Amino acid sequence: MLTKRIIACLDVTAGRVVKGVQFEQLRDAGDPAELAAAYGQAGADEVVLLDISATHEKRTTLIETVRKTARQLFIPFTVGGGIRSLDDAIAVFEAGADKISINSAALADPSLITSIAERYGSQAVIVAIDAKRINGEARFEAHVSGGRNPTGRDAVTWAREAEERGAGEILLTSMDRDGTGAGFDCDLTCACSEALHIPVIASGGGGDTESFVEVFQHGKADAALAASIFHFGLHSVGDLKRELQSAGIPVRWPC
Amino acid sequence: MIAVVDYRAGNLTSVKKALDHLGADAIVTRDPEVVAQAGKIILPGVGHFSATAILEETGLRTAILRRIEKGVPFLGVCVGMQWMFESSAEAPGTPGLGLFAGACGRFPQSVKSPHVGWNSLTCHEGSRLLRGIPLDSFVYFTHSYSAPVVNSTVARCEYGGEFSAAVEQGNVFGVQFHPEKSGALGLKLLENFCGLRC
Repeated sequence: MLTKRIIACLDVTAGRVVKGVQFEQLRDAGDPAELAAAYGQAGADEVVLLDISATHEKRTTLIETVRKTARQLFIPFTVGGGIRSLDDAIAVFEAGADKISINSAALADPSLITSIAERYGSQAVIVAIDAKRINGEARFEAHVSGGRNPTGRDAVTWAREAEERGAGEILLTSMDRDGTGAGFDCDLTCACSEALHIPVIASGGGGDTESFVEVFQHGKADAALAASIFHFGLHSVGDLKRELQSAGIPVRWPC
Repeated sequence: MIAVVDYRAGNLTSVKKALDHLGADAIVTRDPEVVAQAGKIILPGVGHFSATAILEETGLRTAILRRIEKGVPFLGVCVGMQWMFESSAEAPGTPGLGLFAGACGRFPQSVKSPHVGWNSLTCHEGSRLLRGIPLDSFVYFTHSYSAPVVNSTVARCEYGGEFSAAVEQGNVFGVQFHPEKSGALGLKLLENFCGLRC
């Protein structure tokens, strides 16, 4: 049976893992290569490395960090942040990434999705969407540049277009819940998952085990991504997966 | 020496990295002469079935077939395994090697595609490739097309129906999942392949 994935996310800036709350207030959380290897050992199903400084500082992703992190990692490894062209993507793949994640650049030029998918396959292209509720209603607007700029695009409509253009997965982050531990936005996740035929990774708000159970059962997520709860020792990946299994969620456990 | 065949599709670094980690003597090559000398051959693959057309154009297909006939162990991964069948609906004009009967097909509309994530295997006993790997292990898949279950299937997987997760016949082996991305169990499989004597 295909299991629900638990993905550990490393937000990286200047070669260090950091984590913020609602996209701000960054705290240092360690070395990317060491943390990635530890999460792999602990039972994470995938690791995502996001260069969160890349877009607004217009820097390319830290290729050396990617190479070091990939070296000892034998589970799927996604890299995002600052990938603005096919050449940027090629450099990241050649450094050892299995998938790339694109956000602002895909909205600016949706044909980038297709050009990367044609070269590396759709399974290697994740379109990341940072979504925020509009006036507290169950409508969501996509934001770019690390959440700084609203786009006027409906997040679910954009996700559907990304799928049509060749995205293999959608990484959907609730900006309202990011780093709060208050639970995933199941309305957002479910709306997207039901509208698409590709897997949806829920992100933003993961806290207690119940929040993960809810996003899989009610949010219909295919995978859930979290960062803070793992970095700061609130939850070990292994404990979380064991508890999910007890709650009847199919997970890869023991690993 | 293990030749990891580069046919300009997908990402070879993860397979090479896993082999390096195991201490295997592996080189990435697109040279048929190198393949003709190889003691083992791995055809990795992520991407489109049509990318395998270049194997024919470059003489790699012939070089690979000759080595297989000589008894050299061959492992196809993902699209590399699909290529061992007769054809794929993904690229009807591109013939496969035809080592196994049947065509690869797309997943039904009832399931999301690509099939991404860790799914469980149903393994048959007696496989050399899967030696030491528990019969219901989880491994990592990412693909939109799959190969049918055939007599040489040694592991099956269920997703919108059953498909071949691993095939094995004499010195030829194929896996639909990614051993280089399947953690310790995947490394064990690659270690089994590296240790084969044919």
